[in-house]
Amino acid sequence: MSDRIFGVVGLLLAAFYIWAALIIEESFLSDAVGPKAFPIIIACVLALASIVIALKPDPEPVWPSLGRLAEILAAAVVMFLYSMLLPEIGFIFATIFAASYLAWRLGSTFIGSVLTGVGTSVGIYVIFHLVLGLSLARGPFGF
Amino acid sequence: METLSSLADGFAIAITWQNMLLALLGCFLGTVMGALPGLGPSNGVAILIPLAFTLGLGATPSLILLTSVYYGAMYGGRISSILLNIPGDEPAMMTCLDGYPMAQKGQAGEALAISGIASFVGSFFATWGLIFLAPQLVKIALLFGPAEYFALFALAFATLGGVSSTNQAKSAFAAALGLGLAMIGVDTQTGVPRFTFGEVHLYDGLDFLVAIVGLFALSEVFIFLEHRHGNADAADKKITIGRLTPPMSMIKQCTPTMLRSTFLGFLAGVLPGAGASLGSFISYSMEKKLVDKGTFGKGDPRGVAAPEAGNNAAAGGALVPMLALGVPGSGTTAVLLAVLLSLNITPGPLLFTQNPDVVWGLIAALFIANFMLLAMNIPMVGLFTRILMVPPKVLMPVVAMVSFVGIYGISGSTFDLQVMIGFGLLGWVLRKFDVPLVPIILGTLLGNAMESNMRRAITIDDGNWGTLVDSPLALGLWAIAIIGFILPVLVGKMIKSKMRRDDESSLSD
Repeated sequence: MSDRIFGVVGLLLAAFYIWAALIIEESFLSDAVGPKAFPIIIACVLALASIVIALKPDPEPVWPSLGRLAEILAAAVVMFLYSMLLPEIGFIFATIFAASYLAWRLGSTFIGSVLTGVGTSVGIYVIFHLVLGLSLARGPFGF
Repeated sequence: METLSSLADGFAIAITWQNMLLALLGCFLGTVMGALPGLGPSNGVAILIPLAFTLGLGATPSLILLTSVYYGAMYGGRISSILLNIPGDEPAMMTCLDGYPMAQKGQAGEALAISGIASFVGSFFATWGLIFLAPQLVKIALLFGPAEYFALFALAFATLGGVSSTNQAKSAFAAALGLGLAMIGVDTQTGVPRFTFGEVHLYDGLDFLVAIVGLFALSEVFIFLEHRHGNADAADKKITIGRLTPPMSMIKQCTPTMLRSTFLGFLAGVLPGAGASLGSFISYSMEKKLVDKGTFGKGDPRGVAAPEAGNNAAAGGALVPMLALGVPGSGTTAVLLAVLLSLNITPGPLLFTQNPDVVWGLIAALFIANFMLLAMNIPMVGLFTRILMVPPKVLMPVVAMVSFVGIYGISGSTFDLQVMIGFGLLGWVLRKFDVPLVPIILGTLLGNAMESNMRRAITIDDGNWGTLVDSPLALGLWAIAIIGFILPVLVGKMIKSKMRRDDESSLSD
């Protein structure tokens, strides 16, 4: 069943892609093929592949329970927050926050996850910024 | 002779303090990444590309660093196969079959040593193969026009799923998705924006490094979160290594095996779409057919030597089409292609004439890295076994954060980080559906080149689409592409089920 849904989603994606290709505004200076043809060919391949997937589904994948799924989404949200916070509060603090969260969710104790977070953050800062000179996001305190 | 003098020039380039240090660092990191389950050669190289790039390394030094990682990962994968019966990366799967039984018999040290030697033999001869075969392939590639290149790219996509692919429709889906993503941004030939929907950040197109790191590294983090797999697999097992020097008789017994496996592995590596996993698989099966007297699968040293020589030889072989044609045959070489492209070097026949320093410096560095790896992987193997104790709950946050640092370092843009998270989620979903990720990467890498070759060919011929299948060379390439795509549907099921059966029988012991 999952594969059938996947195939239908793929088909919709292909349709959307063709629509988006058709509204490309062509320039008055164009080569013989133009900017639309290749994307439309790709979308056709995508559509064909999706139809085959929908008609000949593989065995059902093992889906995680709802709780695990929420776990993954929560991690994605934390990473998203991390990307927003990075320019605001600087690399060190943002990274401690994000790395500690991930360590905690992978089963570290509270102290263990804080240690992992601080270690990761300071370790990366020292190696990549102080030693190798890579520019990292600067916060209000300059780090 | 000309080849040898180029090689000598290569050594002159490779032997500088900086390059030697980078090779050493790459070998070390590669072995570590290969050894850790959850970090394979493609993830490892993917995380390091943005770093090599932002550190401002030149083309040759970056390539030396990253291909050392690639070779190193091929060595490292065997460590956890032998000690824990968990392959450190996919090509090391076959090493479990005889490596783990040897470890159970108390011969872990000997298994590590003989597999280290086999890895060395495999890579050493494969690098020679690369030296002699790549320039020949370049001569053929010089005959290619735009139409032939278009066919060659199609061939790469058609065969990338390879014989081990389960579902060709999903490989095709992945390739189309990757190509579709590559189309985003301003069209290079007419200057009109495509698929940007008014988002200014997209005018430049999606950075393929963002896609690679998201799909490979971040999706791995999500997989570990899904299973809350936070403790090290090695935590509750006692690892005893024993003596690290294999007896001479064992080396003697394994020598013919190593040589045969090297040849087969190299061949598997050069062929498009096969790669290191297939190399180790066919080497093992071949040896089993040839010399097995009921000892294979029960801790026969030849069963350890064969897959290791095979996968290392395949790793070297896979560099041939990547360097000579610009078309990678495996996942990790696709990632290495990304390195070349982000350094503004176009691989392919012209690479050998325009940037001979890069090619020969790289090849010389491979020889040197190989000796370093041999030195690292036999006497110092104890160090790497300790690395297996690092639990994922520490490792995965580090992997995630280093990925963010690398991508942020390139562009300093929050938008790129968010796109990367999106790719991480996409990668997780696609892995669930068993959709291969490598064709997506290859699509984002080659999409624009493929389109512009197609358009150039048609424009040259005044808008005649028939030009794409006009020359015998192009027709030949299309024929191989079609056969390569259809053959796995027929043969692939057989091989895949055999691979799985062999794997399961090893676990049931």
